Amino acid sequence: MSDTREMTLEEREATIGGIGTARKRKEDARFIRGQGNYVDDIKLPGMLHGDFVRSSHAHALVKSIDTEAALKVPGVLAVVTAKDLEPLNLHWMPTLAGDMAAVLADKKVHFQNQEIAFVVATDRYAATDGVQLVEVEYEALPPLIDPKTALDPGAPVIRDDVAENEEVGQGKRHHPNHIFEWQVGDEAATDAAFEAADITISEDILYPRCHPSPLETCGCVASMDAVNGKLTVYGTFQAPHVIRTVVSLITGLEESKIRIVSPDIGGGFGNKVGAYPGYICAAAASIVTGHPVKWIESRIDNLTSTAFARDYHMTGELAADKDGKILAVRAKVLADHGAFNTHAQPMKWPAGLFNILTGSYDIPVGHVKVDGVYTNKAPGGVAYRCSFRVTEAAYLIERLVDVLAQKTSVDKAEIRLRNFVQPEQFPYKSSLGWEYDSGDYPTALKKVLAAVDYEGLRREQAEKREKGELMGIGISTFTEIVGAGPVRNCDIVGLGMFDSCEIRVHPTGSVIARLGTKSQGQGHETTFAQIIATELGIPSDNITVEEGDTDTAPYGLGTYGSRSTPVAGAATARAARKIREKAKKIAAHVLEASVDDLEWDVDRFKVTGSDLSITMKAIAMAAYSNVPEDMEHGLETTDYYNPPNFTYPFGAYVCVVEIDRFTGDVKVRRFYALDDCGTRINPMVIDGQIHGGLTEAFGIALGQQIIYDETGNVLGANLMDYFLPTAVETPKWETDFTVTPCPHHPIGAKGIGESPNVGGVPAFTNAIVDAFAHLGVTHMPMPHTQGAVWRTLNELSLNK
Amino acid sequence: MTPGAFEYHRPNTVEEALALIERFGDEGKVLAGGHSLVPMMKLRLAEPAHLIDINAVGGLRGIRGEAGAIVIGAATTQSEILNSGMLLEKCPILPEAAAQIADPQVRNCGTIGGNCANGDPGNDDPAIMMVLDASYVLRGPIGERQVSARKFYQGVYTTALEENELLIEIRIPAPAKGAGMAYRKLKRKVGDYAIAAAAAVLSMSGGRCTDAAIAITNVGDTALFVPAAANALQGTPVDATAIAAAAQAVMAAAEPVEDLRGTVEYRTAMAGQMTRQAIASALSRAVGS
Ligand SMILES: Cc1cc2nc3c(=O)[nH]c(=O)nc-3n(C[C@H](O)[C@H](O)[C@H](O)COP(=O)(O)OP(=O)(O)OC[C@H]3O[C@@H](n4cnc5c(N)ncnc54)[C@H](O)[C@@H]3O)c2cc1C
Repeated sequence: MSDTREMTLEEREATIGGIGTARKRKEDARFIRGQGNYVDDIKLPGMLHGDFVRSSHAHALVKSIDTEAALKVPGVLAVVTAKDLEPLNLHWMPTLAGDMAAVLADKKVHFQNQEIAFVVATDRYAATDGVQLVEVEYEALPPLIDPKTALDPGAPVIRDDVAENEEVGQGKRHHPNHIFEWQVGDEAATDAAFEAADITISEDILYPRCHPSPLETCGCVASMDAVNGKLTVYGTFQAPHVIRTVVSLITGLEESKIRIVSPDIGGGFGNKVGAYPGYICAAAASIVTGHPVKWIESRIDNLTSTAFARDYHMTGELAADKDGKILAVRAKVLADHGAFNTHAQPMKWPAGLFNILTGSYDIPVGHVKVDGVYTNKAPGGVAYRCSFRVTEAAYLIERLVDVLAQKTSVDKAEIRLRNFVQPEQFPYKSSLGWEYDSGDYPTALKKVLAAVDYEGLRREQAEKREKGELMGIGISTFTEIVGAGPVRNCDIVGLGMFDSCEIRVHPTGSVIARLGTKSQGQGHETTFAQIIATELGIPSDNITVEEGDTDTAPYGLGTYGSRSTPVAGAATARAARKIREKAKKIAAHVLEASVDDLEWDVDRFKVTGSDLSITMKAIAMAAYSNVPEDMEHGLETTDYYNPPNFTYPFGAYVCVVEIDRFTGDVKVRRFYALDDCGTRINPMVIDGQIHGGLTEAFGIALGQQIIYDETGNVLGANLMDYFLPTAVETPKWETDFTVTPCPHHPIGAKGIGESPNVGGVPAFTNAIVDAFAHLGVTHMPMPHTQGAVWRTLNELSLNK
Repeated sequence: MTPGAFEYHRPNTVEEALALIERFGDEGKVLAGGHSLVPMMKLRLAEPAHLIDINAVGGLRGIRGEAGAIVIGAATTQSEILNSGMLLEKCPILPEAAAQIADPQVRNCGTIGGNCANGDPGNDDPAIMMVLDASYVLRGPIGERQVSARKFYQGVYTTALEENELLIEIRIPAPAKGAGMAYRKLKRKVGDYAIAAAAAVLSMSGGRCTDAAIAITNVGDTALFVPAAANALQGTPVDATAIAAAAQAVMAAAEPVEDLRGTVEYRTAMAGQMTRQAIASALSRAVGS
């Protein structure tokens, strides 16, 4: 029954190109030719364009909106305000965090550039012309910009709409500007450990407000088909199904009458998880006008109104013995969420998974308290290429361990080795509530230290210090928690955070697979095809992976928080295995053998101890022509996977910097990144993810910040000022790996997309601070712009 | 990020261009490389009703040597400056500065005339033109005049250029044989305007400085020509003391504003630091030091 010429085993495996193969990405052919299909490429007949009138104030009452002049602009068809949306109950929308957010300013503006009116016109230029002519009369209110003053007794009340509410979706609160208080750990035991400890350290550490700033901004095209009553929205959605459900809940339209399509997406990094006023306004405008309506953010709109990240004001403490063995961790956090709580996290987790704060260290006890507050800034709190506040936690613990090393005069690598969770402790229950699945931290760190000749670097640093030169060595040994997540503790608007894959094998042995996730540049079309290729013995090239269309894809919770491979990737492997089980029965039928006598051999079943075999390709045809009597035809299935646990990727990074003591310029001399993401599906895709994530980490550490002045003006919200590194500034990245498979994932994989951002940022800060460590410096605030570093140089008179 | 409506004109001669400029007055704007003007239009900080594109105007583009002078047409692009063998040999500070302006895409369109006429204190070429003692040839309805680069700049986006004038070309006195020159710019990333930058030209003879000129970028309302800094070098061996004095003079002259590039204190210090570096580099390149 063999239908191929005799290939060697290696040839057969190479043909399949499955797990472990560094294949070029399938997506690249269209992207590098400029043939991607992004939302702004979508042009529908009769399409109109919308643009926003935005607030010039951070905090003000809206006294009146005069649209008369705007409506006279040729091409302008409508100017939509909150008053127009109110009858449809669309002037406010629920957020993923249980709060409400204004779609269009309702009597009040809460942050600069908040959406006030939506101008709809026949083209983009006319829409902006109209925007210029809408006159808004404001009555200024005192702005609240510094979150540290948000809970003061007389602080300006930002959210009159909820001022009296006992809670705003995430538990009890105690002030009109308070959003939630979240605590985890054993406070009494932690306090006792601190009381008794020989050594304690404490550091105030701000992870500044930054922005995911994907190259493609947010946008959509909403199209209401007035005849059959179906609303189609093409848009930059990281989670298209969630958007469909949310749109249904908001508008009352049946989900069957809503189709959400995410076309190619030019990066998301968390920015494209939530629902934005632009989507609602475009949909409402399409319903009203009967025309498709497009809304595309400008860069400034993106940086100033759609979701930011971080803004965590943290105080971290460690208690330890004299040898630097950590006895307890304690953290207090003030979380600035801006004007609406549009934090995009699993709903039970108001501070995300911040309690991964114990990191890679065996810390017996800990306590964390996070308070969320409103300020007159853009709303958000999304995970910028990180799994829900994991970046903030990793930054804090990696910084604190360095501070402790300095305090105890223990080497910064040695102190990590002394405190690591040991390989034999897995599965490891952390004092802050997680069960780490697998890891081998000492091996990873030792491998990196050897690769960079750590001892040699320290010697060189000592020599340089003698000469007054500044060289820093930064270590980061982070542990992530990704793959949200187990339905028992993860949901969004009540939807469990499972994910899904549907696979159909065609008669001639090729495949289409659809998933509930949505690639934004991660290479899903390549990677998920490789999983199926290995499981089914069908060449990767013959497997099409589709995502993003809610009319065709199975329900899923989308792509963010490094969840695609841990959750949808698992569903993919399991769906493929179900198909292989059926294929085995068909094989037995065709070969007239017993199922028990069949064994899987790369791309075929063979009868043990004979040369009888049948390839998957031949089985596929048989599935549509020659199945056992009691079997349904066809070869397809769907799997919904509810992960039993998160996955815990980890890594060990070393960064070496040199600092110009006259200008404050930081030169990254070397960056060595070892990542362990369990089973490696496509090493080339993994390297790409690491390069991208490290480049973002470099951007965050050295320059990214969304800055407000004291009146609430947002400064520098353009790519001239907001630091997106180019190839010129970006350091060279060296990558390495160890493989500690995930014990509970069908193919042993963990996530990788976010590790380099999460682990990279502290490596940079640790390196920069390390350059000054001999002078008693324990912390320097991010971002480490030249001017900021110079301040330290100047204070220490090193620039003379 | 969409500009307002405008009409586009593409004259072929200087006369036609001048006629259009005259006709549209403050409703019109000259368009050269467009890499300062078009971003302003997209932000609607500029909303000209008429754009007068000078890229097709004959005779505005090119670099030529004349007796005792180098003449650069206003519409010559930064890329052309960067790749000019003649400038590399006779006036290397121009290609050195061009390489520090923006990125290759911008340099392929952006012109030296636009950079000099724009009036943004962040532009790099004005300080270069000041140290080279260049003159701008301006033509208007009643004829042509020349204005020294050192006198051209009056404030942020205000220059000696009249509304009805066109910058035709830039005339640079041929730099003295053996003069050393350098431009040092500190920036956050490629394509960024300077935190502070400094241009230095100096001539040495018998180990002493016989002539010097120093100017700084983006630490004031305009590029600043700093004679006091040059005076600090004159007649000295340009040793550490002299360089420190020149840097001090520059810092005294600098009047930066605080922005995302840094505080006033930092940017002032960096004007001094870039001056030190520019002088040291110019010195190493000067014959006779
Ligand atoms: C990303 C980016 C980074 C940049 N970085 C830098 C940098 O680091 N350093 C720097 O110096 N510049 C920088 N620039 C600006 C760039 O160099 C511009 O090209 C330059 O400032 C203007 O030249 P242009 O030919 O593009 O002029 P345009 O933008 O066409 O015109 C600028 C102004 O000059 C006027 N004008 C132009 N030509 C004439 C003329 N012949 N006669 C009279 N008026 C005229 C125009 O009417 C307009 O007001 C950057 C620009 C961008 C987009």
